[in-house]
Amino acid sequence: MTTVALKPATMAQALTRAMRDAMAADPNVHVMGEDVGTLGGVFRVTDGLAKEFGEDRCTDTPLAEAGILGTAVGMAMYGLRPVVEMQFDAFAYPAFEQLISHVSRTRNRTRGAMPLPITIRVPYGGGIGGVEHHSDSSEAYYMATPGLHVVTPATVADAYGLLRAAIASDDPVVFLEPKRLYWSKDSWNPDEPQSVEPIGRAVVRRSGRSATLITYGPSVPVCLEAAEAAREEGWDLEVVDLRSLVPFDDETVAASVRRTGRAVVVHESGGFGGPGGEIAARVTERCFHHLEAPVLRVAGFDIPYPPPMLERHHLPGVDRILDAVGRLQWEAEN
Amino acid sequence: MTVMEQRGAYRPSPPPAWQPRTDPAPLLPDAEPYRVLGTQAAAQADPELLRRLYAELVRGRRYNAQATALTKQGRLAVYPSSTGQEACEVAAALALEDRDWLFPSYRDTLAAVARGLDPVQALTLLRGDWHTGYDPREHRVAPLCTPLATQLPHAVGLAHAARLKGDDVVALAMVGDGGTSEGDFHEALNFAAVWQAPVVFLVQNNGFAISVPLAKQTAAPSLAHKAVGYGMPGRLVDGNDAAAVHEVLTAAVRHARAGGGPTLVEAITYRVEAHTNADDATRYRGDAEVETWRGHDPIALLEHELTERGLIDEAGIRAARDAAETLAADLRERMNQDPVLDPMDLFAHVYAEPTPQLREQQDQLRAELAAEGEQR
Ligand SMILES: Cc1ncc(C[n+]2csc(CCOP(=O)(O)OP(=O)(O)O)c2C)c(N)n1
Repeated sequence: MTTVALKPATMAQALTRAMRDAMAADPNVHVMGEDVGTLGGVFRVTDGLAKEFGEDRCTDTPLAEAGILGTAVGMAMYGLRPVVEMQFDAFAYPAFEQLISHVSRTRNRTRGAMPLPITIRVPYGGGIGGVEHHSDSSEAYYMATPGLHVVTPATVADAYGLLRAAIASDDPVVFLEPKRLYWSKDSWNPDEPQSVEPIGRAVVRRSGRSATLITYGPSVPVCLEAAEAAREEGWDLEVVDLRSLVPFDDETVAASVRRTGRAVVVHESGGFGGPGGEIAARVTERCFHHLEAPVLRVAGFDIPYPPPMLERHHLPGVDRILDAVGRLQWEAEN
Repeated sequence: MTVMEQRGAYRPSPPPAWQPRTDPAPLLPDAEPYRVLGTQAAAQADPELLRRLYAELVRGRRYNAQATALTKQGRLAVYPSSTGQEACEVAAALALEDRDWLFPSYRDTLAAVARGLDPVQALTLLRGDWHTGYDPREHRVAPLCTPLATQLPHAVGLAHAARLKGDDVVALAMVGDGGTSEGDFHEALNFAAVWQAPVVFLVQNNGFAISVPLAKQTAAPSLAHKAVGYGMPGRLVDGNDAAAVHEVLTAAVRHARAGGGPTLVEAITYRVEAHTNADDATRYRGDAEVETWRGHDPIALLEHELTERGLIDEAGIRAARDAAETLAADLRERMNQDPVLDPMDLFAHVYAEPTPQLREQQDQLRAELAAEGEQR
């Protein structure tokens, strides 16, 4: 198969390429969802797959999320590796029954006899001016369900590497695609051999000494920007990109916080009952004696995702992160 | 230019001619449930098959009775008996070839056992030692499904996958009348029809969803009628007539295998016992109704047919009952042994590789168990 040069490449293109390579390598890989065939998906992430592999391998399904995921379960039972696209974060909710009652626990229920290698791609998060139900950050729901892996890339290279790993995984993977990064480009060279990134490892995106920003997905570039801005204030921030929420890389995170002694968790989804609470607790449990201040959270507000004209007030931005970093100069009487 | 702006120039034309995609007539179920026993059609039935069905019905009823008794001894947490519905259970299993798949609901233990599953393994879900006590691939029986109707799209997906791989495998999915109200029922039937997947849906209409009668479940003329809207044939059958259920299901399976797509079969039957041993059926139905259905008992119907036509004698009937007693005795004995469980199994099958977090929890439990051991 010839590789079309995609220069400079976007995250969306890297995702497409990951599916294409996976489909070429394994005839059991099937892509399915709403509009994924002829149209190539509403974000064009499945562009060209139906043409190249036929409609049996990249299938426009009826408009029914529970049906899409439910039939994917049966397909996986028979040895296929379905890659399911949920059109938008909030439209995956009708499929939660299948996800939670079956996808996540069939391996367990059958004592390992029936693993379900399903990849569920969910474009998630805000910042694209979407109308209601097009910007939810639903990762906490997925994280709370044992049996699922939850992965979210922040770079073009990771989009490729992690999606290949997700499709190759014998367990179900919820693959959260930060839709606001679909069109972001970075130095990924599509013509070079690509590496598959093992699921479950965080990476230090920027090293620093004075505090750690722990983040993932759409907030990674925001944290990197904040880290640059913080230099002026004398802060040398480390940025850890989690890449995988389940499994969680305690080691990388704890090692970083032990070095810096201070941490802020940053994510778009609401803070109450959100991923940040879990992460802060884990960090505190592991690094208590190294901490110079409480682990802080910068999250979206605890509100239904706001209308697009107000979303900039909701999304954690550089200022809010810097503000939290300032509060890390914590003193006992605070 | 918008339509408003060009209003002056607008000349209405009739819409394009409308044509229904399919003639609904062949999809519609018969007005009466299909029957074989006691009718002319019975003469065509294969005596060997009838005897086989009979043996399985008798075994099935005994299994139900034994399992219910085990709940009273505290050996099973709960048991949803299919007494009165054995004809559907047995016919479901016998309509399939070895390579086919069965997708049962929590009530369909008998269908799974009739398909060859170990009677004890079929009960682990209800005993509580594990959720699914068998390897689904070994007998091609999906896990007994507790959430209503969610197994139906699985059956569609599996059948579709098999066809994509070039295998002539059929999936038979079982659901209750209450389950037909769930969204997954709709989505499964729709996918199956659009994909022309080789699936047969068997609705066991036993009159009630726990306490709620069919009239409060649907306003459709019959559940089989629902098929028409999806573009698949609906078939109505007397669910207590084992020969009829077997014939209708076998035909539907053959139709699916030949590439004809899915069928929805509604079997009219009755749950003569309570929903489960924990339910009090007297709160929602009268004895008279139950007695009427006892008069239309699947075993008695078939036994009557076999005896009338000289296809079975006293010895044959006794042989079937003896075989059922053997099954019950085996079940009793094995179920009265306490299962030996390994608590570390809790972590063994959550993921292919335990996460670091699960490893920590595993270590914690191991330490707790060691401490317990020392105390003893
Ligand atoms: C999604 C879901 N909701 C509720 C229940 C609880 N429940 C168990 S059985 C049952 C009634 C099912 O009736 P029906 O589908 O007619 O099957 P039957 O029990 O008569 O075989 C209910 C409500 C369930 N198992 N799953």
